Amino acid sequence: MITTDICIIGAGPVGLFAVFEAGLLKMRCHLIDVLPQVGGQLSEIYPHKPIYDIPGYPTVKAQELITNQMEQIAPFHATFSLGERVEELRKQEDGSFHVVGSDGTLIHCQVVVIAGGLGCFEPRKPELANLEQFEKAHVHYMVKNPEHFRDKKIVLAGGGDSALDWTVFLADIAKEVTLVHRSDSFRGAPDSAEKVYQLAQAGKINLLLSHNLVALQGNGSLNAIELTNKQKESVVIDTEHFIPLYGLSPKLGPIADWGLNIDKNAIVVDTFDYSTNVERIFAIGDINTYPGKLKLILCGYHEAALMVQSAFKYVYPDQKLSFKYTTVNGVNAF
Amino acid sequence: MDNIITISVEDRDGKTQEFEVPTDVNLSLMEILKASEYDILATCGGMALCATCHVEVLSGFENLPEAEDIELDMLDTLPDVTDDSRLACQIRLKNENNGLAVRIRGSLQ
Repeated sequence: MITTDICIIGAGPVGLFAVFEAGLLKMRCHLIDVLPQVGGQLSEIYPHKPIYDIPGYPTVKAQELITNQMEQIAPFHATFSLGERVEELRKQEDGSFHVVGSDGTLIHCQVVVIAGGLGCFEPRKPELANLEQFEKAHVHYMVKNPEHFRDKKIVLAGGGDSALDWTVFLADIAKEVTLVHRSDSFRGAPDSAEKVYQLAQAGKINLLLSHNLVALQGNGSLNAIELTNKQKESVVIDTEHFIPLYGLSPKLGPIADWGLNIDKNAIVVDTFDYSTNVERIFAIGDINTYPGKLKLILCGYHEAALMVQSAFKYVYPDQKLSFKYTTVNGVNAF
Repeated sequence: MDNIITISVEDRDGKTQEFEVPTDVNLSLMEILKASEYDILATCGGMALCATCHVEVLSGFENLPEAEDIELDMLDTLPDVTDDSRLACQIRLKNENNGLAVRIRGSLQ
């Protein structure tokens, strides 16, 4: 078990700056993030994009900002669990929390700070009434093991990169491959689309453009998928597996089940200290909401600075907090 | 009037409303929809990452700026994409977009 003062969920720019602000008040932090590296979307999605609204930097590349922030918090020796999603929060009798990660990491902390940004990216599901019924064995939102589909009849759906690439790949493995796309063309990824068109022309796959999913058919196990074509006529395709690949969308994930007040996928906080409705749980950065909220990195930094002032009383209940400037006291490592 | 256009928006209940929108403030259609209190999440704040600002363009599609790859890639992944789909966050309205009509489609989850 890891024991720390503050467990920060999310190691993006705001979570990292919270380490600095907590460190000034002698509070230790452990960060947990589902991504394999620190930096959140800045490092994962747009490391080379310039950011123009960080005070003191006319322009800074996203990854450069994260690298600098890591240097800034080095004196405070934060610890990290990367590549691990938070699954559960267990309140202890003394008010502290156990945070449980998806790999089984257990973190004991006095305060939980959610700096989760957009949340976790989860597969987008099509709206089909009986989808859940087949989810366990016959519906797959990602292809983990292609061999699973050897000599099987499969239907893929979607028009993005992963739908196209897996269609091409599985064409050699599965017995029958059908790709269903709602639109009449693939607008992104021209190279992958060309390969799919060629396979369709050669009769190696069944390509159904301008088709809509209607329902899954089967009793216990999946037998067929019902579609409608452009003329709204019903089309039924026999299949054993359905692989909808509709990309990933940001979701709150398990955080949504912790009894926090949520509004439109964001956690409602009090702007006095960015506390949530649950004592000892704070939310800062893009994941929170309040009147006038702006999803800006610099707003998240401000929220982190105010948050630690309130977190302090849970970590050091017997001490009085006195505010000090770094220009006067410097940054005292511990 | 200069730099003011009229657009029409159909909400999820099929109700259509017209708006006058300034074109000289550099707002995206997503920001205009949010400011007009339409029910959209716009989770990612305009990065073309979440597609919760997905709209179907009912008229005026040809006058919109062409979608970039990042938007096309995201649209292609949507279960309910149509040939007239766009992401509102990637559309900056100009004077030639007068008369644009859209229907709100983005997921609320």
